[in-house]
Amino acid sequence: MAEVKDIIKEGNLVYKKSKVLTDKIMHYCPGCSHGVVHKILAEVIEELNIQEDTIGVSPVGCSVLAYNYLHIDWQQAAHGRAPAVATAVARLLPNKRVFAYQGDGDLASIGTAEIIHACNRGENIVVIFINNGIYGMTGGQMAPTTLEGMPTSTSPYGRDIAMTGHPLKITELIAQLPAVNFVTRQAVHTPAAVRKCKKALQKAFENIGEKKGTQFIEVVSTCNSGWKLSPVKSNEWMVENMFPVYPMGDIKG
Amino acid sequence: MTEEIIIAGFGGQGVLSMGKILAYSGIMQEQEVSWMPSYGPEMRGGTANVTVILSDSRISSPILQEFDTAIILNQQSLDKFEVSVKPGGVLIYDPNGIINPPKRKDITIYQIEATEEAARLQSAKTFNMIVLGAYLKAKPVVKLENVIKGLKKSLPERHHHLIPMNEQAITRGMELIKKN
Amino acid sequence: MAEYKLMKGNEVIAEAAIRCGCDGYFGYPITPQSEIMETLMLRKPWEETGMVVLQAESEVAAINMVYGGAACGKKVMTSSSSPGISLKQEGITYIAGAELPCLIVNVVRGGPGLGTIQPAQSDYFQSVKGGGHGDYHLIVLAPASVQEMNDFVELGFNLAFKYRNPVLILSDGVIGQMMEKVQLSEIKPRWTDAEIEKISGTWATTGKKSNRDYHVITSLELDSLRQEKFNHKLIEKYKVIKENEVRFETFQCDDADYVLVAYGSSSRICQKAVEIARAKGVKVGLLRPITLYPFPTKKINEMCSKAKGFLSVEMSAGQMVEDVRLAVNGKVPVEHFGRLGGVVTTPNEVVKALDELIKKGK
Repeated sequence: MAEVKDIIKEGNLVYKKSKVLTDKIMHYCPGCSHGVVHKILAEVIEELNIQEDTIGVSPVGCSVLAYNYLHIDWQQAAHGRAPAVATAVARLLPNKRVFAYQGDGDLASIGTAEIIHACNRGENIVVIFINNGIYGMTGGQMAPTTLEGMPTSTSPYGRDIAMTGHPLKITELIAQLPAVNFVTRQAVHTPAAVRKCKKALQKAFENIGEKKGTQFIEVVSTCNSGWKLSPVKSNEWMVENMFPVYPMGDIKG
Repeated sequence: MTEEIIIAGFGGQGVLSMGKILAYSGIMQEQEVSWMPSYGPEMRGGTANVTVILSDSRISSPILQEFDTAIILNQQSLDKFEVSVKPGGVLIYDPNGIINPPKRKDITIYQIEATEEAARLQSAKTFNMIVLGAYLKAKPVVKLENVIKGLKKSLPERHHHLIPMNEQAITRGMELIKKN
Repeated sequence: MAEYKLMKGNEVIAEAAIRCGCDGYFGYPITPQSEIMETLMLRKPWEETGMVVLQAESEVAAINMVYGGAACGKKVMTSSSSPGISLKQEGITYIAGAELPCLIVNVVRGGPGLGTIQPAQSDYFQSVKGGGHGDYHLIVLAPASVQEMNDFVELGFNLAFKYRNPVLILSDGVIGQMMEKVQLSEIKPRWTDAEIEKISGTWATTGKKSNRDYHVITSLELDSLRQEKFNHKLIEKYKVIKENEVRFETFQCDDADYVLVAYGSSSRICQKAVEIARAKGVKVGLLRPITLYPFPTKKINEMCSKAKGFLSVEMSAGQMVEDVRLAVNGKVPVEHFGRLGGVVTTPNEVVKALDELIKKGK
C-alpha cells in the first residue's frame, strides 16, 4: 500500500480550493446555495485571471457578508442599491470587471428601480441574482418571488396572490430590455447544474471584458432554514415547485 | 452709486435677458452686479420679473422690496410694482395694453412705446432693447460702449451679427422715451 | 487674473466641478437646482476632462452612485433640493458610515413635504445634526454668493478627502438662481490612477493589487463593541474638524451692541439690515457662519462679553437659533427671526425684529 505522503502530490490532485476564496468559515446555513455560487464565482475569477480587475458589490441580505469570502476588492451597498453602486464603479473604472451580487428581496423588491434602470442603460456589469423566494437573513419573510400558496413568516397561511400579487418573474422582464446582453436562469443543486452555472458565469465575465453590456444570471436557490426543510428535501422541493415557475435555461444571448 | 432695478412683464418679452445684458454691462464698467429672477411656474408663460442691482460697492441683499427704478411691461406688473418705487425714483412703462396708468406723483414716470416701435420695425426681438435704451436715457448708469460689450458677452457667438441691430434699437429707445 | 463672468449660482456649481477635476456627477432633476445637471450635460465634460455625468433614475440611485464612485477614490458629487435630499439620506448615512469623501449640494426650498419651490433655509437641522440615521456629521459649507458657489466646490472636495467625510454645500434658491459676477477657478486635470493610489491607496476599491490585501468599503459591523469603537473614531474625527475647520465672517462687529447671526442668502439680507440700522444709529454687526458644521460656537461665546443680545436670522421656524443659544449659554438674550415657506425675509423686517430685541433688553 502506498504511503500517504506519496499520494499527496500535485499530479494526484483532483480538487483544490480556489485561491480567490478566503479561509474564513462561511456563515451560510449548511445546504444554502450561496456557498456553492461563491465557490464557482471564485473559480471563474481565478481561471480568467481577473482577480486584480474584479470589484464586487454585495447587497443587504444573507450575502451582505460576501466580502468576507472572496479575495477581491468589495463594496457593500445599501439594500437594493447594488446596481446603482456598480453603475458608478463600472463607469469610473471602465477597465475593471464589476459585478453586483443580490438576493430576491434586494433585487426584485426594494431595488426594482435600480436593477431595471441599470439594465436598461446596459451597464457593463454582471448581476448575480440569487432567487430562493424568501427573505433569509431577516428570518423567512415573504419575498416578491415567493410562490403562490408558499408559507413564510409574513404569509403564514401561504402567499395569497389576491392580497400580495404574483411571484415576480423579474428575469423575464429584464430580458425585454434591449441593452441587456445575456440573461440566463441557472441552479446549483446537482454537479451538472453547478458546471452549467459556472459556464454561464464565465461567459458573463468574459462578455463584460469585451464590454458587451449587462449580463444577468439568476440562480434559483434553496433556503432550507427559511423553507424549514432539510437540504436534500429543499433541493427536491425547489425542482418540484420553483422550476415550473422559474424555468431553467438561457433567456437571451 | 447703487442702482436697484426691477424689470417686470410677461414671459417671452425678454425681461430676463434684458436684465442679464444690463448686469453684464455693469461688469464691463467694473461694477458689482446681481441678477435675481422670480422663478417657478410663472416661468411657463405667465409674468416674469428680475431684480438687477448695479453698485460700486459689495451688494448686500439681492432681493429687494423697494427699487430706484421700475421697468414695467404689463398691467399686472404695474399694479404690483408701482408702489415699490422709492420716493423720488423712476418708473418706465410701455403704455401698450395699459388700462390703468401709473398715478404716483412722488416719482418720475416715463413712457416708452416699445411694443409699437418693435412692430413698426417688424422685429419683435428688438422690443427689450428699445426698452433698455429708454432706461439708459433716463438713468445713464452704464455707458453705451459697455452695454455693447455686455451684449457681446451675454449673446452666444452665433448671434453676434445681431449686435448692430440691437444697438440701433437701444438708440431708438433713447430717442423715443418721453416723460408722462 | 481670470475674467469676470455673469453666471447663475447653479451653473457655477457645474462649471466649478469640471474645473476642479471632478470625476463624476450623478443627479436627478428637481427645482430649483436642475441647472446644475443641465449645464453639465450642455458642457459635455466627458469630452474635455473625462468626467462622467449621469442622470440617475432617482435621487436614491444617484447618491448610491456617489457611494460607488467615492469608494473607488474618485472625486464624485451629487446635487438636489430639499425633498430630493431627504431621499438621499439613506445613501448619505452609508457614505458617512463607510467614511467616504464626496460632495453633496442642497439648493434648499421650502418644506415640509413637497413644500414650495421658493428659497428657504429649513433644512438646517437635517444638514448639521446628521440627517440620516446613526451618529454622524457632514461638514457643511454655506455659500452666500455666486463666487462662493465656485470656491466651495474645490474647498468641499479638499475637506472631504482630508477627513474622508461627506461635505454638504447648503445653498438655497436665492444663491442657486441668482446671477452675480464670478471668477471661475483655473482648470485642473482629474487625478491620475497614480495620484488616486497616493491619496486613497490604503482604502479605495480600485481592484486588489498583488502587493496588498483586498479592500472592503462597508458600514456594516456585526460586533457591537467594534461598532462602538468605530463610533468613537468618528467622534475623534469630528473633534479635529471642530478644532481646525471653523470658518466665519464678521461685518461691523467691532463696536456692536447687538449681533445678527445669519448664513447664506439671509446673511446678505442681514448685511443690508445692518446698513439700515446703523444709519439709524443702532450699533449692530453681523456674524456669518461659513461652516455650519463645525459651527463658530467659540466665536459667538467670545462675543457675549461685549454684545447685549443676538438675533439669529434664518428662513426657517428657528433652527440655527438653537446652536446660537448653546454657544451663548444663557449669558445674553438670543432671539430668532425669519420668514417661512419660501418667503424671503426683507431687510426692514430684520431691522424691526432687532428693534424688538433691543426694547426687550431695556
